[in-house]
Amino acid sequence: MRKQLMKGNEAIVKSAILAGCRGFYGYPITPASEITEAAALYMPRCGGVFVQAESEVAAINMLYGAAAAGVRAMTASSGPGISLMQEGISYMAGAELPCVIADITRGGPGLGNIGSEQSDYHQVVKGGGHGNYRTLVLAPHSVQEMADLTALAFTLAERYRNPVFLLADGFVGQMMEPVEFPQQAVAAPTPGWAVTGSAETRCNVVNSLHMGVDELEAHVGELEKKYRLAEQREARAEEWQTDDAEIVLVGYGIVGRILKAVTAEARAAGIKVGVLRPITLYPFPTAHFRRLALRARLFVVVEMSNGQLVEDVRLALNGARPVEFVSRTGGNVPSHEDLFRYVQALARQLNPGARAEEECLAHV
Amino acid sequence: MCSDTALDYEVAQGRAQSFYARFERKDELQHQTHYCPGCGHGIANKMLARAIDELGIQDRTILVGPVGCSVFTYYYFDVGNIQAAHGRAPAVATAVKRSRPEAVVISYQGDGDLSAIGSAEILHAANRGENITVIFVNNAIYSMTGGQAAPTTLLGQKSTTTPGGRAADTEGYPLHMSELLATLEAPVYIERVGLGDNKQTAQAGRAIRRALENQVRGLGFSLVEVLAPCPTIWKMSPVDAQHWVRDVMEKTFPLGVMRDRTGEAMPKPAAPPSPALEEIPRILGVADEDLPQGNAHAVEGSREVDLEVRIAGFGGQGVLLLGEVLAEAGLDAGLEVSWLPSYGPEMRSGTSNCHVRLASGSIDSPLVSAPGILVAMNEPSLRKFDRSVRPGGWVIYNGSEFPADCARADVRVLALPFTEVAHQLGDARASNMIMLGALLEMTAVLPEASVGAALRRLVKNPRWIELDERALARGRALFREAYVEVGA
Repeated sequence: MRKQLMKGNEAIVKSAILAGCRGFYGYPITPASEITEAAALYMPRCGGVFVQAESEVAAINMLYGAAAAGVRAMTASSGPGISLMQEGISYMAGAELPCVIADITRGGPGLGNIGSEQSDYHQVVKGGGHGNYRTLVLAPHSVQEMADLTALAFTLAERYRNPVFLLADGFVGQMMEPVEFPQQAVAAPTPGWAVTGSAETRCNVVNSLHMGVDELEAHVGELEKKYRLAEQREARAEEWQTDDAEIVLVGYGIVGRILKAVTAEARAAGIKVGVLRPITLYPFPTAHFRRLALRARLFVVVEMSNGQLVEDVRLALNGARPVEFVSRTGGNVPSHEDLFRYVQALARQLNPGARAEEECLAHV
Repeated sequence: MCSDTALDYEVAQGRAQSFYARFERKDELQHQTHYCPGCGHGIANKMLARAIDELGIQDRTILVGPVGCSVFTYYYFDVGNIQAAHGRAPAVATAVKRSRPEAVVISYQGDGDLSAIGSAEILHAANRGENITVIFVNNAIYSMTGGQAAPTTLLGQKSTTTPGGRAADTEGYPLHMSELLATLEAPVYIERVGLGDNKQTAQAGRAIRRALENQVRGLGFSLVEVLAPCPTIWKMSPVDAQHWVRDVMEKTFPLGVMRDRTGEAMPKPAAPPSPALEEIPRILGVADEDLPQGNAHAVEGSREVDLEVRIAGFGGQGVLLLGEVLAEAGLDAGLEVSWLPSYGPEMRSGTSNCHVRLASGSIDSPLVSAPGILVAMNEPSLRKFDRSVRPGGWVIYNGSEFPADCARADVRVLALPFTEVAHQLGDARASNMIMLGALLEMTAVLPEASVGAALRRLVKNPRWIELDERALARGRALFREAYVEVGA
């Protein structure tokens, strides 16, 4: 396969269509608009439907309709738009409808700004809508992963009949990197539960209403079973030079990239650092954390938010190791130079002996 | 129908085929709906089911149910059923119809659902001319939740949230949805009917059938507003409630056809057939055979490459394109590359910058916070980034005089009036390619063939390609001259 330079946002659409997506319902918002624009261009050419909705509320409900009709469909937005979509996401989880939603996160709260942040973690990973449900969340950190995880998102959405998020930041959406795509488009068979307007599907009902208390509890129980299964099977993370790491840096999306650069510098300076990058944010890769905690002495979570992922890291480690937290917000990015200095200081605290040795050498 | 009791009347019209034989909503009373005695929904449901029967579209029909008293339509209609969120049925129906054009898609909504919370969804579905049928049951009140005011509540009408009666000063006026929607161009058929007496009810049946027929014929958006009694919330007997529809409601909501373009409307053209799956990669521009083979391994083996470049300038100076050509050429030469733009308000306020990395190994972070080369296309950009340049790095600056206070002992500078040089070449806008030429000569990493290939991939206009090629050559020459000068 040959590679071509492409923006992450565009790669999402091309990968989605190759994965059988034939419906895109969206509303423009920076920094996710390229996704909607690419869908407007390619979806009709590939036999799919594109509608620019009157709002994100309408867009997500259109997704509900397309999914109910058995078509693989997606939308894309950013923080404020995702907030508006939460109603429909809850309905889709309740009615067990698959869909893929890309959130190219910007700064918040409120209108915030259009800088790159990771402040949608809570509303996406924990679910911002009402009721007992979860969404599966994939966090790409490169243009290639934007493509690959989009395809995976459709597989997971269908496997669990549940909305799946791609949670990326403005950088991953806007940057160009070489990317390669599968050379064969996937045929998406119509699921048996869909309502397609045919004699065979006439008895099907798509619905999230369960009037009886026991009936609703049973339904919630069934949803929970799916989530437990996903937790057992779908958690993913990338480990980078973690084998002998004393300090484990934790970050997703663009931060994961920066942490790799920090690791390279720290390793060159003789500091045993590694990166644990969650690829699925729900299900959370808890097992990776617990295993690394056996050897590592300290975890450092770096986020472009006020501390959202760090809560899950603390839960996963459950007090087994100390967790430090580094935050930048407002569209600021932690520079790898600053992070390197921070890691150096941490390493000196962890190994005061090494520091003395270093100082001795300096005085020779 | 109850077959186990002796009938003391004759059945003139039996249960519609499109209703289930038994309604499994409750354990008992499976021959009954949940609607109250005298409720308009029961009649509207029945007429809709009968119209589906008459048109022979039961298998094709998909009913999108709302939130409100008619939330349980899926218990009654033996058709495909989708239950929607409050007010969103037209959005849901839009996508169902677009996804399944052969289906007959009905959005069945009450007045709270359609005229209040779903006012945006109905307006835009109508304005897009979606080929769907909307049955809008208006009883001037929120009934399911116990009698709160709706946008359709009549002036002076008491409700639990207008205990003194609806006042125009504070609650505004009854919203005339049908008239409002009839101001749009796209709808083909909008009629308001009533269930105030048998004659009105018969007309309602005909209107519902027409609205469905329009969709079957592919004509476009049809809506029937049905003024319906709600004896329970109105606290009236079924007979009084029916009369109230005719004698009171109708004065605020006059019956009649608001829009009828069914005569002149043409069936919407069907979507073109979908391309074969094998064609999709090519349509998306990702098919291997359509991608350039590149000049892979042109650099590999010869030397270790790790270029970190920051390019900055005014919008319109070609900052992003300079970076793109560099990245594209790097890819062509078999290197790992990344290109990261600044975006948004910064771009729109007139300044722009991008990060470019080219490396023989994998690229960790695409962010270039300490560039080895800064290409500053104006002074503000120089001042913004000059301190970030790595010791031993380069600044390529667009200006004949390098600001003295920006000079650093540990950074080399190529400062030339690139815009003027570009102007002499034929267009000041080619200054970005002159600066790129200097950068390419300075770094001596990328083969010229890769740069040429990148340029032709990104610039489509042959006149510009020719100019840009000359600009690149000029930039290379300028660097050589300056370098020799510096070296001497």
